[in-house]
Amino acid sequence: MTKKRKLVVIGNGMAGARVVEEVLSRGGADQFEITMFGDEPYGNYNRILLSDVLNGSHDAADIFLNPLAWYADNGIKLHAGVRVSKIERQARQVVGEGGVVESYDQLVIATGSVPFIPPMDGLRLADGREKPGIFVFRNLDDCRRITDYAMGKKSAAVIGGGLLGLEAARGLQNFALTVHVIQRGNFLMSQQLDSPASSILRKTLEQLGIVVHVGKDTKRIAGTDAVSGLEFADGGRLDCDLVVIAAGIKANSELAARAGLTVERGIMVDNRLCTLDDPRVFAVGECVQHRGQVYGLVAPIWEQAKILAEQLTGADPNAAYHGSKVSTKLKVMGVEVASMGIIEPTEEGDELVQFTEPKKGTYKKLIIRNGRLVGSILLGDIKKAPYLTQAFEKNTPVPDERLSMLFDIGAPSDATTIETMPAEMQVCNCNGVTKGKVVACVKAGRRTPKSVMEATRAGMGCGACKALVNDVVAWACGGATEEDPAADYYVPGVPLSKPELVRAIKERGLYSVSAVFRELSGGVEDPGSKPGLASLLNAIWADEYVDERDARFINDRVHANIQKDGTFSVIPQMPGGVTTPAQLRRIADVAEKYRVPMVKLTGGQRIDLLGIERDDLPKVWRDLGMPSGYAYAKRYRTCKSCVGAEFCRFGLGDSTGLAQEVERRFQGLESPGKLKLATAGCPRNCSEALVKDVGAVAIEGGRWEIYVGGAAGAHVRKGDLLCTVTTHAEVLRMAGRFLEYYRENARYLERTYGFVARVGIDKIRAVVVDDSEGIGERLDAAMDRSVAAYKDPWLEALAPVTPNQFRASLPVVQ
Amino acid sequence: MEVTLGPLHAIPEGEGRTFQVGTERIAVFRSRQGGVFATQATCPHRGGPLADGLLGGTTLICPLHSLKFDLTSGRSSNGECSLRTYPTHLTRTGQIVVELGE
Repeated sequence: MTKKRKLVVIGNGMAGARVVEEVLSRGGADQFEITMFGDEPYGNYNRILLSDVLNGSHDAADIFLNPLAWYADNGIKLHAGVRVSKIERQARQVVGEGGVVESYDQLVIATGSVPFIPPMDGLRLADGREKPGIFVFRNLDDCRRITDYAMGKKSAAVIGGGLLGLEAARGLQNFALTVHVIQRGNFLMSQQLDSPASSILRKTLEQLGIVVHVGKDTKRIAGTDAVSGLEFADGGRLDCDLVVIAAGIKANSELAARAGLTVERGIMVDNRLCTLDDPRVFAVGECVQHRGQVYGLVAPIWEQAKILAEQLTGADPNAAYHGSKVSTKLKVMGVEVASMGIIEPTEEGDELVQFTEPKKGTYKKLIIRNGRLVGSILLGDIKKAPYLTQAFEKNTPVPDERLSMLFDIGAPSDATTIETMPAEMQVCNCNGVTKGKVVACVKAGRRTPKSVMEATRAGMGCGACKALVNDVVAWACGGATEEDPAADYYVPGVPLSKPELVRAIKERGLYSVSAVFRELSGGVEDPGSKPGLASLLNAIWADEYVDERDARFINDRVHANIQKDGTFSVIPQMPGGVTTPAQLRRIADVAEKYRVPMVKLTGGQRIDLLGIERDDLPKVWRDLGMPSGYAYAKRYRTCKSCVGAEFCRFGLGDSTGLAQEVERRFQGLESPGKLKLATAGCPRNCSEALVKDVGAVAIEGGRWEIYVGGAAGAHVRKGDLLCTVTTHAEVLRMAGRFLEYYRENARYLERTYGFVARVGIDKIRAVVVDDSEGIGERLDAAMDRSVAAYKDPWLEALAPVTPNQFRASLPVVQ
Repeated sequence: MEVTLGPLHAIPEGEGRTFQVGTERIAVFRSRQGGVFATQATCPHRGGPLADGLLGGTTLICPLHSLKFDLTSGRSSNGECSLRTYPTHLTRTGQIVVELGE
């Protein structure tokens, strides 16, 4: 066994401890003997929650991330309460106060930051001792000292109206005293907020009893034996019994500077988080300056910790830190605030989108540059923060409909935020997964939404909660979710996006699912990816597609919908919901002959025979003598219609006739998601055509409006008007062109409501109606080809295509 | 107890079939890589017919609620449950033989 290297970490705060956690999770315990130094005599705690400790809503014991036992359990030698007095780089050793010496092979400096004290008089008594009643707000001991001193006092002043100052003010509110916030500049939280947002925040704080003083530069802290007040540069004065200085932080880099390491505003590091002067010495966290930036928030620091652990353990020697885009989300005295990027437009052409509702304390602002979000402020209502943060951090294009970035239009209001959501609340209503279970799964080490979903099955039912699960995972990770590279893949098992995959399939002439795995994923078959690939290949090759039945979901192998007990449902085609007495008689005969347990009308205007045994399927189809209604596949399903002009006294168009034409054209059409269509004979919309994948609505004047991207299932969305046409043939052509465009560009299982919202109706209309890309004829031809490849799958009753296709079980003769 | 189930070609490549052995039912799978696996017939989660699942390599996905199992160990990917598995082999004439317990 090779000898373990010695890893010494100076600093046991959020950065230092995180580095060690990350090192351990990469098997670092086998490589390193780990030693840590911490100023404070404790394990490691969540500094973000200090104001909760100060205001009494958390006990100090609750905010520990790793208690002392954790260090022992992981074989880490912790010098708790031992300050490091020097680093001797030549000797490769660290000397602690009291004479402790530890030598290192690799050293990590994670000394964090110290409070910044603005220059002012009166900080000390005449004899040079510290003046009682002056505090900083940085650690657990500060909290205890403030708590002890504040008892029985009348008023407190916080110097600093930034994030830290307001956190301190929030904590002080717990002690029955008047809290003043003193801000030198003209508005609060000037790093994160602009002036309108800041004044809304100020009003809310004042309603909560905080006295806010802006434009006040503190010159002197008054009081001979203890604090008695503040004196300002403008000559003003404020009486108070204690002062908390929370005017910001600065990197704690003095130790590093004394060791001869290059320090500017922080310890200078390269992309490997290595110091510029010594390849054995690394630095991480608030004490670091990387590409001119010093970070004081947790997300960038966790990112750094991960990169550093990759470096130290050699798990990924190429890991590099490229800086972080900083976004904050916090609650200041009950006011929710989110802020990211720039706070004012800075370049010509920057687009500003703003909404204010002062009465409710709501403010929303977006700054968009070249179609990307470069800055945002949300106050009061921050429901869109997770989405905006992602758009900002990933630099993704934003939707044309800017309004949708500020509000969830048409969606039910979300009364709770992730933070306030109780742990026992169900996040996934299909599989009964609670917030607590998702959080526990993240704590157990799964840090991508996909891996959490796989482990808990959250989001694996109807899928409507996926966005919420993503948010809970992101929250539980504290913003340090891991990128899931598979997020952009068409299917998880083949590492290509849809356009790349389509190109590879066409270029290499891959006609079957097994050929795709063989050529594009090194022969590794991912079962969950098979149906998606089958769907895509079918759409690309139509009649040339080599159909391997094992790639299909069971429903598509036996052309019926599997039920909870392993029986199947049979739904024959019934175009436009129109049937005949003879057909009904036949269905009744079949239901009696096969003792069908339930006969039910479906939502798609058809008749469902439920509880059919697998062995009976071919016989049932044969006796029905009707084609498959495809009510089991990711394909065209049905076209609902109202009565229409033939009988209805309001009817303007022949909706029933059109629905039948639609069904005859698109029957069985392969698609990324199921397709449910409708036609309506007048704008009363009895057939609900506005909430269908494609809906045609007759209007006065012999015309049809075509709506696309509607939904009324797990997700509700009103379709967008694509165009208005005059003939049935035009409805079929426009619907077909839209569907082909959707088939070629949607992700697998992405329904039209998601696709239309993602791409935008303007773009779709340009391509489909105005033929802006000149692909209209090609789309029409591709659709014609797929339509021509239609076969009624129930004909397989007469000639099964795989051995024992319709056998529930095979008897064994012993 | 060894039981001969029948010819390999009773199961299409990449699929599974359920076999009734006396009063017991078992699911048998034939992967495209040539593996033959036998497990209990129904999913421990909600009784889904496993032979109707999607198979890739040695991984099976239950058709009812998409639980994932490794067919060699029987373990589910989320660790919540596992399948009984049975050793199998092929005879020289291509008959599937499965070793059921006592």
